[in-house]
Order: sequence, then C-alpha cells, then structure tokens
Amino acid sequence: RFCTSNMASRRSSEKSRTGTDKYSVLLPTYNERENLPLIVWLLVKYFGESECNYEIIIIDDGSPDGTLEMADQLQKIYGSDKILLRPRAKKLGLGTAYIHGIQHATGNYIIIMDADLSHHPKFIPEFIRKQKEGNYDLVSGTRYKGDGGVYGWDLRRKLISRGANFVTQVLLRPGASDLTGSFRLYKKEVLERLVEKCVSKGYVFQMEMIVRARQLGYTIGEVPISFVDRVYGESKLGGNEIVSFLKGLLTLFATT
Amino acid sequence: MTKLAEWLFGISVVGALWGVVTFDLLGLRLPAAWQEVAWPMPVYLLVAFGCYSLATVGYRVATFNDCEEAARELQEQIQEARVDLRRKGLRF
Ligand SMILES: Nc1nc2c(ncn2[C@@H]2O[C@H](COP(=O)(O)OP(=O)(O)OP(=O)(O)O)[C@@H](O)[C@H]2O)c(=O)[nH]1
Ligand SMILES: [Mg+2]
Repeated sequence: RFCTSNMASRRSSEKSRTGTDKYSVLLPTYNERENLPLIVWLLVKYFGESECNYEIIIIDDGSPDGTLEMADQLQKIYGSDKILLRPRAKKLGLGTAYIHGIQHATGNYIIIMDADLSHHPKFIPEFIRKQKEGNYDLVSGTRYKGDGGVYGWDLRRKLISRGANFVTQVLLRPGASDLTGSFRLYKKEVLERLVEKCVSKGYVFQMEMIVRARQLGYTIGEVPISFVDRVYGESKLGGNEIVSFLKGLLTLFATT
Repeated sequence: MTKLAEWLFGISVVGALWGVVTFDLLGLRLPAAWQEVAWPMPVYLLVAFGCYSLATVGYRVATFNDCEEAARELQEQIQEARVDLRRKGLRF
C-alpha cells in the first residue's frame, strides 16, 4: 500500500490527509460520451484499491455528442471532490486542454491520459510505485518495452510505429523508449515547466515534452503498458500525421 | 549543442580521420594497407548501418506484443462497469 505507508498519521487524521500525495488525473475529451463513464469507473476502481488521494479533471471542449452531460451525471454519482468539470466552449486542441487542466489541479502529481480507453487505469498504481521507487520527475508508459504492447494494430501500423520510433531514437537519443505515447505521470511543477517550454502540436507535443525533460535534466522512469486501440468513437488525429510527425522531428533535431 | 550540431561534429571528425588516412593529408606515410581498407569505409559503414536498421526494425515489428489478454480483460470490465453504473443511476 504505497499511498498509506504512513499508517499512524493516517489513523490519527483520517479526514485531512495532509502530508500525503494527491494525484490529479487530466482527462481531455472530445466526443467521448461512450468512453467517459467507463474510464471514470475504472479510475475510481483502481484508485480506490490503491487508497491514493486523487481527483479527476474532465476538460471537455464543447463536444456535440453530449460528453459534458455525461460528465455531469458522473459528478453527481461520484461527488464533486472526485470529479471536477473544467469545460471549454469550443475545440481548442489538446495542448491547451492540458494547460487549462493544470491550472485547476490541486494535486502535487499529475497524470495525463487519453479518455478513449486505450490507456488503462490499472497501470496507474504501477506508475505511482515506479515514481516513488526512484523519485522520478516523470514516469512514462511505454508500448515498446518489456510486457508493453498494442492491440488492434495491423502490420502496416506496427511498421510505421516501430520505424518512426527507431528514426527518432537514432536522431534524438532521448533516453525514453516511447516518445509519442501520452500516458504519463508528472510532478506538478515539472509538468508546468515543461508545458511552458513546449510549442508543438499533436504527437510531436508528447515527443517534445520528453526531449525537453531530458534536456532540463529531469529523471524519467518507464512502465510497460498495453495500448488497446479505441473501441468507441472516432479517431481525431488523422490525415497527414506522418508528414507533421517528420516535420516536428526535424524541428526538434535542429533546435534541441 | 543541438542534436544537429552533435551530428555535424561527429561526421566532421570521422570524415577528417578518413581523409587523413585515405589521402595521407598529414604526410604520415601510413602503410598502404591502411589506405586500401580506409577508402571504401564510408560505404561499408552506410551499408552496415542500413542492415542494422532494417534488422532492428524488422525484429521489433515481429516481436511487437499483441495484447489479446488486455483487450479481453477490458471488454469484461466494460460490461461490469455498465451494470454497476446503471445501478448507480447513470443514463447512458
Ligand atoms: N479537450 C479536448 N480533448 C481532445 C481534443 N482532441 C482530442 N481530445 C481527446 O484527447 C484524447 C486523445 O485523442 P484521440 O483522438 O484518441 O487521439 P489518438 O489517440 O492519437 O487517436 P485514436 O485513438 O486513434 O483516435 C482523447 O481523450 C480525446 O477525446 C481537443 O481538441 N480538446
Ligand atoms: Mg486514442
């Protein structure tokens, strides 16, 4: 029980868990009506088992499918101390959604994950354990190491993913195996500092965060994760992904 | 130093060494065998790196884990979550 190691102080002040860590989960959503209740249920389940102090911050960008109404219902069920709604009027993108979320986070650690069920909350306790183990500044989930992996990817997608990862490793030597994944745990002040520094969009944003983290001398821990492709809803990052990825990669190559 | 600069620096150092040996730029009168080995070196290195890249990426694609079990577990949990959430009064 890594979140309740301090048993004495916990018993003496059950209500005010001062001095203990708090984890703020940022869930950016756009048209995730079907996934949102499921991801929240899983988060509550695993945080409950780990007995960690947490809050879930839902940042919805005016989804037309009624994601916010669903979030409202969930807040009524689980309480407004656990579920915080910080919606924005229109789709302003993922990067600014994180910034918006951080501003409202009260935890000293922040977990960033997708709300589409491709990132499973069962790994969060492992992230937390890993973080405590080496007092890492950030812990990144990785699909490319150990028991990590993917589900629902065909050969073509695997090839692109591995190829892009190899090129990136050769050019940037970032000291982390999964650069484009977005399932990570950060110390709050570290994330704030990084977000301030990072300028790219989309996949490249995640990559830049890790590269800059290394550059600023932050320590990085890794936890293998299984990435299950989204079951419900549509993919939003489509089109000329590869082109913008390469552009971003070369930009980082030349500037960091 | 940016990664680009690091690469340029590395390439220049290797290139300079190669030039020194192949064309005997410093007049060191190195053994002829050295020159013979050195002059096609850049091509060898490129080919070797290409092979290494293909082999590595190929191996990693072939050994990319398929998380069947994780997908199955998730499906079960989704069913469980639906039942539980409905009981808690959620309207899907
Ligand atoms: N608030 C907000 N959330 C967004 C926006 N775009 C995407 N998201 C959410 O960010 C997360 C990641 O987006 P995805 O569409 O899953 O991107 P992806 O994982 O690269 O692509 P797929 O999983 O293949 O669809 C999901 O939870 C989305 O709902 C946005 O503009 N604003
Ligand atoms: Mg996704």
